[in-house]
Amino acid sequence: MTFWTFLRQNWNEMLTLVHQHLNLVLISTSIAVVIGIPTGILLTRKQALRNPVLGIANVMQTIPSLALFGFLIPLPFIGGIGARTAIVALVLYALLPIIRNTVTGILGVDRNVREAAVAMGMTDRQILWQVELPLAMSVILTGVRVAMVICVGVATIASAVGAGGLGVYIFRGLRDVGNTNLLLAGALPAALMALMADFSLGLLEQHFSVEAKTEKKRASILNKIVLAVIALVLVGGAYGTWRAARSRTQSLAGRARVVLGSKDFTESVLLAEIVAQLLEVRGLTVERQFELGGNLPHDALVAGRIDLYPEYTGTAYTAILHNPPINDPRAVYEQVKREYAEKFNVEVSPPLGFENTFAILVRGTEARRLKLKTISDAVSHARRWRAGFGQDFMSRADGYSGFSKAYGLKFAEQPREMDLSLTYIALASNKVDLIAGNSTEGRIAAMDLVQLEDDRHYFPPYEAVYLMRKDSLARVPLLREVLAKLVDAITTEEMRGLNYEVDSNKRGSSEVVRAWIKRKGF
Amino acid sequence: MTGVDDNPLVEFRDVSYSVPSLSSPIISDLDLKVEQGEILVLLGESGCGKTTTLRLINRLLTPTSGRVMVEGKPTTEWDPIRLRRRIGYVIQDAGLFPHFTVERNIGLVPSLEGWEITRVKERVTELLSLVGLDADKFAQRFPRELSGGQRQRVGVARALAADPPLLLLDEPFGALDPLRRASLQREFGELTRRLHKSAIFVTHDLREALRLGSRIALMHAGRLALVETPENFLNSNEEHARAYLETLQLHDDEEGFTGGNR
Repeated sequence: MTFWTFLRQNWNEMLTLVHQHLNLVLISTSIAVVIGIPTGILLTRKQALRNPVLGIANVMQTIPSLALFGFLIPLPFIGGIGARTAIVALVLYALLPIIRNTVTGILGVDRNVREAAVAMGMTDRQILWQVELPLAMSVILTGVRVAMVICVGVATIASAVGAGGLGVYIFRGLRDVGNTNLLLAGALPAALMALMADFSLGLLEQHFSVEAKTEKKRASILNKIVLAVIALVLVGGAYGTWRAARSRTQSLAGRARVVLGSKDFTESVLLAEIVAQLLEVRGLTVERQFELGGNLPHDALVAGRIDLYPEYTGTAYTAILHNPPINDPRAVYEQVKREYAEKFNVEVSPPLGFENTFAILVRGTEARRLKLKTISDAVSHARRWRAGFGQDFMSRADGYSGFSKAYGLKFAEQPREMDLSLTYIALASNKVDLIAGNSTEGRIAAMDLVQLEDDRHYFPPYEAVYLMRKDSLARVPLLREVLAKLVDAITTEEMRGLNYEVDSNKRGSSEVVRAWIKRKGF
Repeated sequence: MTGVDDNPLVEFRDVSYSVPSLSSPIISDLDLKVEQGEILVLLGESGCGKTTTLRLINRLLTPTSGRVMVEGKPTTEWDPIRLRRRIGYVIQDAGLFPHFTVERNIGLVPSLEGWEITRVKERVTELLSLVGLDADKFAQRFPRELSGGQRQRVGVARALAADPPLLLLDEPFGALDPLRRASLQREFGELTRRLHKSAIFVTHDLREALRLGSRIALMHAGRLALVETPENFLNSNEEHARAYLETLQLHDDEEGFTGGNR
């Protein structure tokens, strides 16, 4: 599919994402301006506060955005899932450049000019409004411009907390390797937006510079048009947000609703979508907070921001409950069920019928040439190999460190830590020789990759289950009925097929799920 | 302008000023009176405390000990805003507001004092012609569109705007070339005489001091070395005054340096 056809087919969705993105950026920049400029002014008056406050703002900016989102989710009022959390995080990032430039701009006003103002008997307030702010304005606007460009960038990560925006395409594109259309459709408008913000605020900045004062008499029509366009975009964005907020509050009023979450990969989205459609068929309103990054779904569930999300028993057992890996499926399931009920008041559904374990993969050509069947077969070759693993595998208790010890594996160099979906490409294109993929990955067959058998049974069982809050089950009894249908309902082959439909055949997940539900006769 | 009472316009009573970071005081035991209608020149090399003395008058600084009286009242008892609006202030590079036109620069204090717009405009035109600038040509210009001399003229006009009884000038002509400096000095002398303004004028240039001052106060290392009329100053045997006068002999090719304002 060419980029052009992709655009034609997804035009509406893309516009929505652009609109969401723009709203995130405009709202957070505006809030940051409203907080940042007065703070900056205060810091020029209270020298003792200057370094501590600038220090804090500085530290804010060094916090990785995903980590910041993680901190924010459980917090009351400002936290949660969706645009509000994203805006709080964006504001925190945008504050530093605005505060810093306000301080620099005001302190940078010529000492003689300042002294003249004082000596002429201007009050502090008069000096601020008539002398300091006008003279500092272009420096302050530079800060706003930097803040806005930062916001455009960070807002792409906001999709990880369900705030939407162009990051939705970028993250989907990263997972769905080979689909450059998605990446382009996310990255190009974001880049354009950053350039436009940079350009338009740059013009505004020039407008306020002292040099421009002398040319004001000759102020060009172009200048006025640009200012008018900026004003229009701002007003339009504000109006759109107001409308969106209104329609959202209206839709929330009245009917009971269920909020479903998912992790940020196709299989998790599909599993959540299955529950969503089964509930919708029965007349319930469902809100989808899909594609949450990292451990955010767990945080969101515990904080009550979502009611349910699909999980794997092994992940819950090791990554969340921090138990040492074991490989008895029954024991793992029972312990997860017990601990979740005690610790989080969360219920674990019966297994759905398939496992998505780590699959140690090598190229098919290599496996056939070296006659590799099991992981133990590969150990002697590994010294000449390079490995590439996702961040998840590198950091988990049941991941790389235990795995390499269990098999005595050593590679030619320290394994590359990279995005999980990129490891498949890296393997197929000979950049690495061994990866840890997912056993239900649809592309394993399509890319001629071979899964080596875990002959020492190192990996704990990863049975797919749903996790849901007990109070949600009490509030929406229909949930239990729907979940009962899904017990042992999906085989590994079926899941691989569904994944393949979405990842490789590029069909929409809701369409794939609808067809599957029909086939199953639910 | 005659005084409302018999108090001197400005009086320093045993004033010292020091800052914690410096061991020796910047000003020590200063006693000095400035009468109505007089132009007192504070003369001295850089770092001798001239500018600090000036800044003590409009309360940009307050004395560490002693009192600075303006119109008989200590500066610390004045509302600083009221005090400063009664004192015009001109500094070396004029300190004009770069984002204001000449008109707004000059009209600022009258506007702050609540004058009507038309009256401010009239005043600006009047002041511009007083300092030798054509209002039609210059009122709407910005400072960066002016030459150094023109900027100083606007600076003086701005200081005169609300008709203050006292002007403080800190080396206002220091950055100008000699020819332009001489003509501005001449005009300024005439102007203050004509308007009966009192002024305290800081310079390190003896010629300027002789040309403009009705009295010259010579400062050295934060202390007053000598206060004399220009005539007596020329004949003084005080050591710091002699040091200054010797420099004069080296290049006395410029005519009329004793022209002064007498």
